[in-house]
Parts: sequence; structure tokens; C-alpha cells
Amino acid sequence: MGDYPSRSVNSTAGHLGVTPRHAQGAGSGVSPSAYEEPPIGGGGALPKKSRFSLETGFRGLSTAAGAMVLVIIVAIAVFLISKAIPAIQADSENFLTYNRWSPNEATPAFGIAVLALGTVLTSLIALVVAVPIALGIALFLTHYAPRRLATPLGFVIDLLAAVPSVVFGLWGRDLFQQPVRDFSVWLNHYFGWLPIFGGEGPFGQSLMLGGLVLAIMVLPIVTSLSREVFQQTPGMNEEAALALGATKWEMIRTAVLPYGKPGVIAAVMLGLGRALGETIALALTLGITWEISFNLIQTGGNSIAANIANSFNEANDTGRGALIASGLVLFAITLIVNMTARAIIYRRREFRDSAA
Amino acid sequence: MAKRIEASNVSSYYGSFKAIDNVSMTVEPKTITALIGPSGCGKSTFLRSINRMHEVLPNARIEGRLTIDDQNIYDPDVDITAVRRMIGMVFQRPNPFPTMSIYENAVAGLKLNGVKKKSLLDDAAEKSLRSANLWDEVKDRLDRPGAGLSGGQQQRLCIARTIAVEPQVVLMDEPCSALDPISTLAIEDLMFKLKDRFTIIIVTHNMQQAARVSDKTGFFSIDKTGEPGRLIEYADTQKIFSNPSQKKTEDYITGRFG
Ligand SMILES: Nc1ncnc2c1ncn2[C@@H]1O[C@H](COP(=O)(O)OP(=O)(O)OP(=O)(O)O)[C@@H](O)[C@H]1O
Ligand SMILES: [Mg+2]
Repeated sequence: MGDYPSRSVNSTAGHLGVTPRHAQGAGSGVSPSAYEEPPIGGGGALPKKSRFSLETGFRGLSTAAGAMVLVIIVAIAVFLISKAIPAIQADSENFLTYNRWSPNEATPAFGIAVLALGTVLTSLIALVVAVPIALGIALFLTHYAPRRLATPLGFVIDLLAAVPSVVFGLWGRDLFQQPVRDFSVWLNHYFGWLPIFGGEGPFGQSLMLGGLVLAIMVLPIVTSLSREVFQQTPGMNEEAALALGATKWEMIRTAVLPYGKPGVIAAVMLGLGRALGETIALALTLGITWEISFNLIQTGGNSIAANIANSFNEANDTGRGALIASGLVLFAITLIVNMTARAIIYRRREFRDSAA
Repeated sequence: MAKRIEASNVSSYYGSFKAIDNVSMTVEPKTITALIGPSGCGKSTFLRSINRMHEVLPNARIEGRLTIDDQNIYDPDVDITAVRRMIGMVFQRPNPFPTMSIYENAVAGLKLNGVKKKSLLDDAAEKSLRSANLWDEVKDRLDRPGAGLSGGQQQRLCIARTIAVEPQVVLMDEPCSALDPISTLAIEDLMFKLKDRFTIIIVTHNMQQAARVSDKTGFFSIDKTGEPGRLIEYADTQKIFSNPSQKKTEDYITGRFG
């Protein structure tokens, strides 16, 4: 990728900035091969194939890029694991199940349980809330809204994706908290018999607040990707459904949704990726407690990324190792989610590959 | 099982552009009618006006009157989906649903209309695939993707999908234009077979095909681009191809036959 500046050089001043070796490899219009004179279609004997062509150059470049990604990933993994292992060995409690985080003490004791649970629950809330709304908006934009409305609305949603997460975090803590608290009281009153909505309070800075803020952050990603996916439904398939006597919604169910399913799953996964890794918005909105609890509305909750942000400053060596270990767990969760999604996408793959 | 289509003074518009002007014709039940004419003269537009697919496009509208057995197709009280179920359509390019198997494609229309019983669906799938001359080729791989068939097979699958809902009228817009001569003949045979049960209107650029399959032929033409297309002559196929009454028809037909 470092070679690309030569592109701008090329566009302004021909191949001045290109080294001689490049000139041979990349051709730059003058072919070094045996194709010497027109006609292009050839006339005399079959020319030899050139040894150094654009083709070879690009193959080398892309192979190098691919190899580089692998090297970087392996390097990062080695670094993280080498930091994490000593910390976990120093842990006096079970890293996976213990529910406190005191890695900086003389006898370090810390576990990932509360954090992982909080990460998963907030992300789940975010998806459960955001995905149906996002799909609804995407379908509205692509199939129901008049174009005059769809274009500006789509733009506004894309803007929402550009808002930095700290803004969402502050907004969630300072403004959104009160409505969520009222909503939590209501849920507790009517659905308190469900453990997730039970408890005595206080309500407010809860997994619910964090999850809902995440939902708003995930919404634009899922919406704009799904919109693009739905737009790609072949018009002739939509017409086929309509010509069979489908209503608009039936047409969407028959032609648009099945066709877009893999794309929508990918969009949801990207949204989930953002939710799982979200740091500052959750650090600001969660109650930061250390109880293992499935209660969504009581003040409390914590998450892996938020804990990293909150604890990194005062961490000693073991503390940093412990945080890195928690980061690896987050990585593992993300990986599992992604692989599951891929499995779902691949399952009916032949149906898409054969689609002309 | 087959109904009469009657168009009187039909004009179709795309926004302010008038694509066809004042078309009137009557199509009798259980006949095959061919629509021919140069490219851009509005054959597809007219065909799509018949089953109200024209209005799917933004700003598209029609004027005039279209009836099916004396019921007004464009009556504001009429359920559009019912019209489209009654008047099925096969498109120029085969368009099976890419996410569905052969079987699911064949019964897609029935499922849309609320048929859920497996035995009914199985019967309908077999019957329509047999009618479309496709059964023998696909009976062992009904669960394979419909889009994995050859172009000609896909088009016959689309025909099966259309006739599975037992429409009264079947509209075909150049159904053979992407097909080889053998598949074309297979589809022509099929049309003869289907004529017993359906009213068929087919758009074609293939003059021999029009002459072979149709009972009546309508010739559309256009004076120059930007002008609306008009129905120049509509008569028995025999007459159109042997003794057309309009000079334009004769020019078009002889021009093609050389
Ligand atoms: N979606 C559309 N929007 C605007 N104008 C259209 C649209 N579809 C067709 N037209 C115009 O309407 C006129 C008739 O088109 P139509 O497709 O009905 O012609 P046709 O006779 O079917 O031609 P062909 O034989 O090439 O299929 C043409 O001038 C075409 O440019
Ligand atoms: Mg056409």
C-alpha cells in the first residue's frame, strides 16, 4: 500500500516518479514485451509472453499485502497472549467465573464473568431493539417512501453513524437516563415478575440504558447497509412477485427479504461488532457494579470494553495483563459471533451462486 | 378458464411521455394473439397495461378502458392483486426467484395466495411443471435452485410458475428471445397446449413465430422516436401475413422476410 503515492505522481507528471524497475514491471503504457508494432491483433509469429508484466507486478503486490495482514495479526496475537498469560497465572481466583476485578493487589483476584455477561447483554438489547427498527426503516426507504423523502432521510441516518460515541455516551448519561428510568419503573411495575425486570431499584444507569444507547449507535449501520442490500434486489424478481398477484408486503417477503438475507446478516454482524466493542458510551452509561445479575433495569452492569477504559489508568503490570486477557475474551466472543453468522450465510450458498 | 380481453382507446404514459396512443382491440378467449412491431413501438407497454403492471413504475398511468369479460380492469374498486392473478405474465428474461428451489418457484404463486396444504402444493407443482414441458427434466431435482437451470428451462419454469395459479389470461413478453431454437419450439408447443385453457397474448420479434403460433396478429408501429406507438393493423394472422390491408404492415413484414 505504501507504493500507491506513485499513482498521484502518474496522474500529474506521467511516469517521472516511477523507478526504472517499476517502469518495466508496471509497463506505464510502453510495453516491454514482444508486441512491438501495431496491429494490436498481431500479424507475424506468435509473440512470447512477457516475463515482467503488469500482471506479475500486481500478483506480487497483492500477495505481499495478504501476507502482511497475516504477519500483523500474528504479531498482535503473540504480543497480547504473552502479556495475558502471566497475569492469568498470577490470578488467585478463576478467571472465567470470578466476579470481582482486583488485579492490582498483592494477591491479584479478578474474573471476566460480570464483564462478559454485561457485554453480551447490552449488545443483545441493542440488537433486539435496533434490528427490527433498522430493517423497517431500510424497507421504508427503499420500497415505500417517495424518492423526495428517501434521499434526505437516508442522508440523516448516515449522519447519525458519524456521531462520535462519546457524544452518545454523554447524551445517554445526562438526558436519556431519565426517560429510561421512567420506562424501567413502568416495566418493573407491570413485568416485575420476570427476573430481568425485577428488583427494588434504584433504576437508571442500568444494562437497559447502556443497551438502548448502543441500539441508537447500531441503528444507522444496520439501516444503511440493509438499505443498500434491499436496493440490489433485482427489479425483475420484484416484478415477478407482483405479477403473481402479490401485495407490496408479500412481494417484499417473497423477493426482497430472502434475496437480502445474507446481506442483512452481515449488516447485523457489523452492528454487533460495534456494540460488542463499544467502550466509552458504556463506560458513561452503565452503573459499573460487580454483581453477576441478569437484571436489566436496576442500576448496575459493566462491560469488557468499558472496564478496560475505566481501569487502564491505575493498572500495574499484572493489571494491564488482566485487561489484555479480558480483551482477548472479547475478541473470542466477536470471533464466535462472526463465525456463526458466516455459517448461516454459507448454508444456502448454492442458491445465491447460481443466481445469475 | 379463459376470458375475453377488450381494450378501447387505451393510451399509456410514462410521466408526460405518451408511449402508446389510442389502442383498441378485442382478444377472444382461448386464442393466441401475437403483437409484433419495431422496437420501442410500445408492445411491452401495452402488454403491461393489460395486467396493471404498467403502473408499478413511478408516474406511469393509462387512459382509456380495458375490460376482462366486461369487468373494468381499472375500476378504482378492483383489487389489483386479483387482476394480476387473473392475468398472469411471463417476462422477456427468465426471472425465477434466485433464493428458491425449482419446487418453491413453481408453487410461489400459490403460496402467495395462501395455499398451505402440502398435498395441494405437490399436485400443483407437478401439474404445472408437466404443463410447461419441464417435469421430466427436473423431477429428480425439485429441491435444487431454480436459477441453476438452463435459460430455456428457467423460462419454462417461469411459465409453470405463472400457470400454476390457473390464470384466465397469460401474457408473454418475448418469452423466447433469449432461447435457442429447440427451447423456442418447446415453448411454442407449450403455447398450443395451453391454448385449450388460457387466453394467450404474446409479444414477439420473430415473424415466423407469430405466423406459426398465433390466431390473430396485431401490428404496432411508430412514426418516429418521441411519437407514441399505434396499433396499425389487427386481423387474422393468416391475413396479416398474406394480404395485409395496410402498406406499413406489408413493408414491415416483407422487410423482415426479405
Ligand atoms: N420505464 C420507462 N420509462 C420511460 N419510458 C419508457 C419506459 N419503458 C419504456 N419506455 C418508452 O416507451 C416506449 C415504448 O417502449 P416499450 O418497451 O413498450 O417498447 P417495445 O415495443 O416493447 O420495444 P421492444 O421491442 O424493444 O421491447 C419507448 O419509447 C420507450 O423508450
Ligand atoms: Mg418490449
